[in-house]
Amino acid sequence: MTVKGSRRRTPGGFRRGVRRNLTAYGFLCGALICFAFFSWYPMVREILLSFQQTNFVDDPTWVGLDNFRTVIEDSAFVDAWLNTAAFTGLALVFGYVVPFVAAIVLNELRHAKAYLRFVVYLPVMLPPAVGVLLFKWFYDPGAGLFNQILDLAHIPALSWLDSADTALISLVIVSTWMNLGTGTLIYLAALQSIPGELYEAAELDGAGLFKRVWHVTIPQTKLILLVMLLLQIVATMQVFIEPYLLTGGGPENATLTVAYLMYQYAFNFGDFGAGGALGLMLMVVLMVFSAFYLRISRDNQS
Amino acid sequence: MKEHAPQFRGVVSPHTLKSPRGRVIYWIVLVVVVVSFTAAFVFPLYWMITGALKTPEELAQIPPGFLPTSLDFGVYAEAWDQLNLGRFLGNTLLYAGGALLFTLAIDVTAAYALSKLRPVLGNLVLGLMLATLMIPPMVILLPAYLTVKDLPIFGWDLLNTPWAIWLPAAANGFYIFLLKRFFDSIPRELLEAAQIDGASAVRILWSIVLPVSRPIIGVVSILSVVTVWKDFVWPLLVLPDSENMSISVGIASLSAQMPQNVLIAALVIASLPAIIVFFVFQRSIMAGLTAGSLKG
Repeated sequence: MTVKGSRRRTPGGFRRGVRRNLTAYGFLCGALICFAFFSWYPMVREILLSFQQTNFVDDPTWVGLDNFRTVIEDSAFVDAWLNTAAFTGLALVFGYVVPFVAAIVLNELRHAKAYLRFVVYLPVMLPPAVGVLLFKWFYDPGAGLFNQILDLAHIPALSWLDSADTALISLVIVSTWMNLGTGTLIYLAALQSIPGELYEAAELDGAGLFKRVWHVTIPQTKLILLVMLLLQIVATMQVFIEPYLLTGGGPENATLTVAYLMYQYAFNFGDFGAGGALGLMLMVVLMVFSAFYLRISRDNQS
Repeated sequence: MKEHAPQFRGVVSPHTLKSPRGRVIYWIVLVVVVVSFTAAFVFPLYWMITGALKTPEELAQIPPGFLPTSLDFGVYAEAWDQLNLGRFLGNTLLYAGGALLFTLAIDVTAAYALSKLRPVLGNLVLGLMLATLMIPPMVILLPAYLTVKDLPIFGWDLLNTPWAIWLPAAANGFYIFLLKRFFDSIPRELLEAAQIDGASAVRILWSIVLPVSRPIIGVVSILSVVTVWKDFVWPLLVLPDSENMSISVGIASLSAQMPQNVLIAALVIASLPAIIVFFVFQRSIMAGLTAGSLKG
């Protein structure tokens, strides 16, 4: 480059830089508008909402902690949290262990692989509303499929959704059926990246089948297991569609979840402030898990 | 996803597999797995498809028949008419298609700007977009609904319009992240050469970046269509008018008034598009799944 060229670089470069930035923000403006209206603003508004009373006629008024008081003093509050915790816990027992075991078994099979992978992911593709309504029919206490199967095995019929004892577990079953495929395929992908030499070395050391799983498979997939644990907790704690379509929170609040109670406050009782307060509490709890998740993925990137 | 070569080695040792005992166990496990997976994931769908063909009397019959007594597909036509399924399917197609177009137009340009034009504060913008992934959708449901009901500054009411689906669907940090990561891997020299030839930023995006990014654009397209197609809570809130309902919401809201076999037929019709899409785009869908599982 000549001397003349390098002298001109500064002002020309500056102007080019401005132009490049203007172009860039031109490309970005659509995304910025969408995020501002539909992500960033609602996040801020969620916090405002929970300290305000909103009736859609007058301007919102500040009510301090009144909304939180309303929500906490509601007798359904404790039920909703306990049910949500129970749902999340049960969903983990099934939805976390079963896919991992299934993935380990699928990984060993040399036949019917494509079929099994396709089939396990099929329910994930169905619209959740379809899956839930399908199971509502299966749960039918009279001629429902599940009671028919129990009958074949000479087991007395269950009342599934109609009894406070079985309603929550019935929701967990639907939810697990619909989502199991995701975990299975993700674990399967993780298992395939484990180098075969590790198993060979373990075998030479005299490790049996279960020891190989314990000392090779699990440590090698530790990261993904942890990530999936956190993602699943965050996902299942937001459970809404199952109680909404199957039980309406009943019987006797046995399936009332936090997200569903939040929906009820806003759309059945017209109290968006109280719903917002409940939503904010849920957000705080979920953010703890999200923060762990963020930390794990960041630690492993560097 | 890579298929493994024959030398693939898992937990089970190849020697054990070759022994007669190992072979027997392998085949037993295989049969058990195939049968139980079929029972758990295919049989419910079989029961749904044949259940629709049964008369109300047959449906209530104990024990149930494994096969319907007649193959009268009229119930599907009945479900189509009574539940207004054509309308609901058309609506859903409109929402999913529009969301796809908006998502691509908005997220591809944003990712391109962040990856290749690198503006001032670009990293901050990206960080703020990724931060939204940490916010679970359910907890901002109410403020998001209020925003759509009365859009700030403009004061528009987007309820019962497709915009209420399209625009929020485009604000997706994860798609921008996927696209940006792919664009980052496109060699700089390629773009610089075009720049020296005088190509504008739009031209470079259109003629160089987009053609080489087909795989990731495919993944994002499918993820965005499937997400909108499967969504329930958001369309339930923002499209309350029965004329505008999506298929999931429409079926759910009419489910109580329908004879059971008609409702089941409607469920079959509603699941068909998803199953067909899965058949055709299996590869991209599973690629998207693993892309989503581990970031970085």
